[in-house]
Amino acid sequence: MESFRSLTVTQRDQILVEQQVFDIFKTFYNLPPSSQSFMLELQRENHVEYLTKGLTGLGPSFCVLDANRPWICYWILHSIALLDEFVDPELENNTIDFLSRCQGPNGGYAGGPGQMPHLATTYAAVNSLVTLGGDKALSSINREKLYMFLRQMKDASGGFRMHDGGEIDVRACYTAISVASLLNILDDELVQNVGNYILSCQTYEGGISGEPGSEAHGGYTFCGLATMILINEVDRLDLSSLTDWVVFRQGVEGGFQGRTNKLVDGCYSFWQGGIFALLKRLNSTKEVKPIPLGDGEGSGEESPQTTTSSDAAGEEGLNGDLSLGGSHSEIGDQHNTSSQDNVIDIDHNHSKGHANVEPLFNSLALQQYILLCSQELNGGLRDKPGKSRDHYHTCYCLSGLSVCQRSWLEDEDSPPLPRAVLGPYSNLLEPIHPLYNVVLDRYREAYEFFTKS
Amino acid sequence: MDSREDDGGEPLSRMAEWRDVTPLPQDDGPNPVVPIAYKEEFRETMDYFRAIYKADERSPRALRLTRRAIHLNPGNYTVWHFRRLVLEALNADLDEELDFLQRIANSNSKNYQLWHHRRWVVERLGANARAKELNLIKKILSIDAKNYHAWSHRQWVLQALGGWEDELDYCQQLLEEDIFNNSAWNQRYFVVTRSPYLGGLKAMRASEVRYTVEAILANPNNECPWRYLQGLYKDDIKALVNDPEISSVCLKPCHEFRDSVVALRTSDTDPLGPDLSMAICDILEHVDSLRASYWIWRKNKLSVAAV
Repeated sequence: MESFRSLTVTQRDQILVEQQVFDIFKTFYNLPPSSQSFMLELQRENHVEYLTKGLTGLGPSFCVLDANRPWICYWILHSIALLDEFVDPELENNTIDFLSRCQGPNGGYAGGPGQMPHLATTYAAVNSLVTLGGDKALSSINREKLYMFLRQMKDASGGFRMHDGGEIDVRACYTAISVASLLNILDDELVQNVGNYILSCQTYEGGISGEPGSEAHGGYTFCGLATMILINEVDRLDLSSLTDWVVFRQGVEGGFQGRTNKLVDGCYSFWQGGIFALLKRLNSTKEVKPIPLGDGEGSGEESPQTTTSSDAAGEEGLNGDLSLGGSHSEIGDQHNTSSQDNVIDIDHNHSKGHANVEPLFNSLALQQYILLCSQELNGGLRDKPGKSRDHYHTCYCLSGLSVCQRSWLEDEDSPPLPRAVLGPYSNLLEPIHPLYNVVLDRYREAYEFFTKS
Repeated sequence: MDSREDDGGEPLSRMAEWRDVTPLPQDDGPNPVVPIAYKEEFRETMDYFRAIYKADERSPRALRLTRRAIHLNPGNYTVWHFRRLVLEALNADLDEELDFLQRIANSNSKNYQLWHHRRWVVERLGANARAKELNLIKKILSIDAKNYHAWSHRQWVLQALGGWEDELDYCQQLLEEDIFNNSAWNQRYFVVTRSPYLGGLKAMRASEVRYTVEAILANPNNECPWRYLQGLYKDDIKALVNDPEISSVCLKPCHEFRDSVVALRTSDTDPLGPDLSMAICDILEHVDSLRASYWIWRKNKLSVAAV
């Protein structure tokens, strides 16, 4: 074994993190069972307190996020919704009002009142309002103007600019398409060439980069994959090399790294973990036998049931299953009610049996990392031990945890088996819609609302 | 124009220069959420910025004001955008602008807006800015050899302004310092496939394979060269399988058997035949137990394909 000094920067940094993480695991495994149970508990009350506090007041050091306030809203509101908690009605109203002040006169949402609209803050604001739910929140979104804003941000290359004169990258594509899809304003003009741009960002490693030529990266891979699914061009990607890349992003710590040979970070629990939730849906429409659970639980209903539902999806084509998450209608044909039927059909098929699959990543290992290494007992979650908690990491660690808990289910709505949930069953979070990362119930409400109007 | 480094943080309301401007407070509403407890200097600076922005005043003092605002919050993309409008209107010296950016680069090396602004400036300066730019990026990478923004910017400079000649050497140097640096491997791929001086992937393949195999043998547990090797044979899997150098490196005893088997993985339609591949999946299920369910799934796909 080489001396510490002859190690490269990568090796040294990795060893330091591993030491910290394994110390935590070692300590954990040496605890008596009752203490172990406590360590694996999600500190719901403390998390909610930390989150709600942020909603009502932030210290001066947050001035560096002064152009990101809708993001802070989303990170907090989404986390609270994942914990199946509610924000009191006054705060809800204040949020709707505040976000309205971030809405630009020409569409889109800015980082704060009086700033220029920006695609990322638009995504965050729309997701926040969808998470709040209700007529007041949803009708506060000026869809016509937002559509004009998206058209303005569209670039000839197929990609989107983040803001007027801003940067073009895969993140911008995702935020634009995600919002358009959610609000049922996705059309040919917006979709044109997006697929070509994202395709040019899949690297030799299999993951997707921010711009053509850059390094494969978890955040951009999630954005790229989700966008391709939303525009119904996912088969153009090399999915097997993408899958292979992301599978190897899970490390010995149990958590995910963002890029090859970089350090684990709790937020990739969602950016990388969420990719598996997307792939799961894609793989279920293909002619692959899902692997039954070893102990025979529910196995009597599995294979025939899922074969039926995959056949059904096969008949309707990829659009059928994707309507659960794709555009509300065939592209260019808004308010198509037949896709609404597809949503209901799929729901029926899935709720009949308890179709199960084996997740392609190690769900329990990731849950262990999140609960033991990312969680702060006082509330909030973080990147890794030694880093401070923040709302961003709280949001994405919890989103990742939700994905993990439901990773054995074909249908996100079914209650997971207790052994799918690390720690007490009360750790169970609300299911998300993996394409948008909003809580599934709120997505459904928004879908209804924006299909009708 | 933007001569003073720092106006000392003196309150704008006390400066004669700003006497004619009525600061514009933020329209946060009566009960804002996620309200930030701005320090007085911050609040005041942004109040004056809002006023200037609304009035669309593209003047030297506006330029100075944007600098002040950027120091307080380099993430405010509206301020950066407006600064560009002012720079254009004033036909400002963009070399000075680069100097300004250089001074704040170290503390803002991961800031999207800064890098985007740099791109905008360099685009206007053209090829003359190339050497300085490539040099600056090297400096930033010497502090953090994996800075994503720096690498993207470097690639943009090469494609827009050239400078490819020394890039493969630069990758080589970085890989000598840290063979585990995936950003450097990615850059190597970028150069090998796109440099107008190198003849493209196929032409470079033989020498690159030799380099990569050497890297594998030195550190078989390093994922980078394995993936790079697959990348060299993108869209040409048969050539990878038939290359004797590759099969020799795969069969050499390694610390972890799984890494040598990794190179045998090609695509879903495995030309080696399903039985061997399935046996390998079985082995991997145990040797790479973190990914057990992935290997089971791979094996399953092979058996379905074989049917």
